[in-house]
Amino acid sequence: MSSTSVAPGKTTNAILRTENLRVEYRTRELGRSTKVALQGLTLSVNAGEVFGFLGPNGAGKTTTMNVLLGYVNATSGAAYLFDVNVREPIARQRIGYLPELTYYYKFLTAEELLRFYGRLFEIPRGEIDSRVDRLLKLVELEHARKRPIRTYSKGMQQRAGLAQALINDPDLLLLDEPTSGLDPLGRMKVREIIQRLKNDGKTVFFSSHELGEVETVCDRVAIMNSGELKVTGRVTDLVAEHQCNLEQLFLKIVGYQPQPV
Amino acid sequence: MSKIFAVAGVVFMELYRRKDFYVLFILTALITVVLGAVGDQQAVGYLKEICLLLIWVSSLVIAITTAARQIPAERESRTIFPLLAKPVSRAQVLLGKFAGCWLASGVALLVFYIFFGLVAASREHELHLELYAQAVWLHWQALGIVTALTLLGSLVLSAPAPNITIVFIISVGCLYVSRYLHLVAARMTEPGQTITGVIYYTVPQLWFFDQRALVIHNWPAIAWIWVGLATVYGALYSGFFLFAACLIFRRKALN
Repeated sequence: MSSTSVAPGKTTNAILRTENLRVEYRTRELGRSTKVALQGLTLSVNAGEVFGFLGPNGAGKTTTMNVLLGYVNATSGAAYLFDVNVREPIARQRIGYLPELTYYYKFLTAEELLRFYGRLFEIPRGEIDSRVDRLLKLVELEHARKRPIRTYSKGMQQRAGLAQALINDPDLLLLDEPTSGLDPLGRMKVREIIQRLKNDGKTVFFSSHELGEVETVCDRVAIMNSGELKVTGRVTDLVAEHQCNLEQLFLKIVGYQPQPV
Repeated sequence: MSKIFAVAGVVFMELYRRKDFYVLFILTALITVVLGAVGDQQAVGYLKEICLLLIWVSSLVIAITTAARQIPAERESRTIFPLLAKPVSRAQVLLGKFAGCWLASGVALLVFYIFFGLVAASREHELHLELYAQAVWLHWQALGIVTALTLLGSLVLSAPAPNITIVFIISVGCLYVSRYLHLVAARMTEPGQTITGVIYYTVPQLWFFDQRALVIHNWPAIAWIWVGLATVYGALYSGFFLFAACLIFRRKALN
């Protein structure tokens, strides 16, 4: 019998699901022993969706990502990827993750990095070879495949990151501010890749501060503030319901008051 | 296992792309060659003693410094995040780190001993292969214990420097002092006697793995059964330290 924790009562085609997720951190602040980073987050992302996860700094986006990726254990509640509890490493078999900044072994070449990650997914050697070639072509790093990552520009490193996130041909991509720090051309390229993944039927869950970008590529969004989910829904429905664009809605939800100049 | 070996491969690659090992090897080789050139035939024993001491110090430095920076460096450079976003458990990462460090220090050890053996054989005109094989093997087992202890320390202490210092002191203590602890305990009063006795029976007795005296004097090799028992003893200590490290690493929040 398998010991993998499977989500009870699967009824939807949600491939990412959180149930009443609560995360508390220990704090050194005087008079407080814990700080609530996330409270009662219930969220689901369906197969084939591009889902935007929005919120100001400190809203709980990164904490949610950390729980989904198994870096942090939830204080209560649960999170599931493909109906497998995120506490099980196997839950990450079908996901690709692109961090906000490039956190890769700088002494490796892009090719070595992709091979290493491919081995962690237990992809057969021959298959790794063809995937490495295809991905390096996709992210336009073929010419630099034998160079150590430390010699890459920021844009090249981000593209290497995108390639590693796709090495296992994931069904779900978790992107943490994927266009942060990229030039307009780099942003366009990432956006094109997200669109292409969507056309291939992949699910994309990404956090971003770029509201225009989210409005362009996302099917649904969730807006977080102070560790709580404030609103979730289809972008077109939310815009129509609140009679404003996504940016205005976002500012309203986070309680932004414009100061008189 | 393939995931553990994949992680170990990256550790190995990192080590041979760094300069530490080459510097230590060149330094050890240089001292060996200089001593070999100036010493007369009767000084061969001293030459071997100094060279073996250098090999022990160098191998401890390689094993401890390599293992001590693995997890802290992963956390500092944040490479741990994309790594753990893959279907790999923290225990597999830790075991991979251990395997990589241990194998890398084993290769370094082999290079050191081959060089030492060649220099010694050129002076003595004989090579005691069985003795050398036992010495290398047991030395490597000792490095396994030290590597596992260092990895455990790197999860308890946040910075590598204090961990390196503490493990180095413990290793030297276990190599030179621990064998006399029961004698010291016998002369003490309570509760010192019990405390020292407990320390004697709990710390790894690294001197079990030290074959330098045999190699220096070309004494006969020990029975392989003792080598086997020492290997089991080493594996138990390494396993215990790794198990404790896995438990700590599993509970550690990464953010």
